[in-house]
Amino acid sequence: MKKIVILDYDSGNLHSVAKAITQVADNKTQILISDKHEHIKNADRIIFPGQGAAADCMRKLKEHNLIDEINYAIKNKPFLGICMGMQVLFQKSSENNGTDLLNIYQGEVKDFKKHIKKDFKIPHMGWNNVKQMTEHPLWNNIKDNSSFYFVHSYFASPQQKNIITGTSLYDIDFCSVIACENVFACQFHPEKSTNDGLQLLKNFINWQI
Amino acid sequence: MSLAKRIIPCLDVNNRRVVKGINFVDLQDAGDPVEVAKRYNAEGADEITFLDITASSDNRKTILDVVEAVANEVFIPLTVGGGVKKISDIRDILNSGADKVAINTAAIFNPDFVRDAADKVGNQCIVVAIDAKKVDDDRWEIFTHGGREKTGIDAVEWAIKMAECGAGEILLTSMDRDGTKIGFDLELTRKISEAIRLPVIASGGVGNLQHLVEGIKDGKADAVLAASIFHFGTYSINEAKEYMQKAGIQMRL
Repeated sequence: MKKIVILDYDSGNLHSVAKAITQVADNKTQILISDKHEHIKNADRIIFPGQGAAADCMRKLKEHNLIDEINYAIKNKPFLGICMGMQVLFQKSSENNGTDLLNIYQGEVKDFKKHIKKDFKIPHMGWNNVKQMTEHPLWNNIKDNSSFYFVHSYFASPQQKNIITGTSLYDIDFCSVIACENVFACQFHPEKSTNDGLQLLKNFINWQI
Repeated sequence: MSLAKRIIPCLDVNNRRVVKGINFVDLQDAGDPVEVAKRYNAEGADEITFLDITASSDNRKTILDVVEAVANEVFIPLTVGGGVKKISDIRDILNSGADKVAINTAAIFNPDFVRDAADKVGNQCIVVAIDAKKVDDDRWEIFTHGGREKTGIDAVEWAIKMAECGAGEILLTSMDRDGTKIGFDLELTRKISEAIRLPVIASGGVGNLQHLVEGIKDGKADAVLAASIFHFGTYSINEAKEYMQKAGIQMRL
């Protein structure tokens, strides 16, 4: 029996992620939405969904006592970060007048407004292509430059270029996917990206490290 | 390749059935919401919008179980509107599996509601629906309750205000064009799209595929919403996307 825990910190897309994972999981996979230490410790893999503002996300993670749990999971298990669940892995965000993040990877989360031309709408909302920068088991059966659904106003800018696993273009090229050891994190929402998104979630369930 | 323009089929739901009328009256049945949503998902819709069209005027809540049934079947973004008055309504809709909530009437009675909602659930979840009618040469005003009640508020100013309040997207419907099949109100769409930095969804009046192209090219919309041309099988979503791509608009095919 595989156990997947979706970290519960009142993120808005929690249930969408759970529904999509349920859709692709076989009956040997148990899916749990939880913030309990015991569940996270016993899980085979962890999904960190995310949505909304950086400061709010950090506050909720603290309220749910999830900071240590995430640090633990990131070092030990297949870990999938989605949207804000990718951004919070960096040092700090310029959102909400500057927000300190989990500081797993060096680099900042920047405001699109200050980096792209004025005729580009914000949020960056809709379907955009993801260029696969490296090979990865989570890209199995997903063609290079496939489209995924995005909705965000800030983007991660990693200092270690070797963790950049996917990029997308919105006036500028930005990092839309990172991967490092047992961690894979994407700015887009696989749970809302129909077949390719579901394939990515399926690949995550089957990912052997 | 970059961000694609979107096609959003709209399900106007009344008494748990998809319906379509002209200028918000004379409703015609167009099927079961779950079946219709599944079909659009399979045809390549970029998102689905689900409007409980009489929830606000009947003073009742959005039919959450129908929202949930739709959300269980489609893995593309789902926007739900109708009857949204309180933050708890928004949470209920999001918890039923919607990704965004459209606020209309409630915003007009209390603009701070949009601000509060954006703070609580994030602006990416808040779509402000603007129903506008042309009242003079260069003036459009917003109407509530499915176009039945006048407010006297200027539509362009209102869009700017809603952007300041933290809306994540604007769903702009021309009440003059809705159901007429003569094309979007391009002048109104362009005015609002150029006045704010938020994505704008053009709605109301689509009768053929060229209208969708015009909405993007001339109306400067980021997404186009249509109902009857898809409901009654005049065109498939795929066909519409291919047509738009051929006209030089980047689509997700």
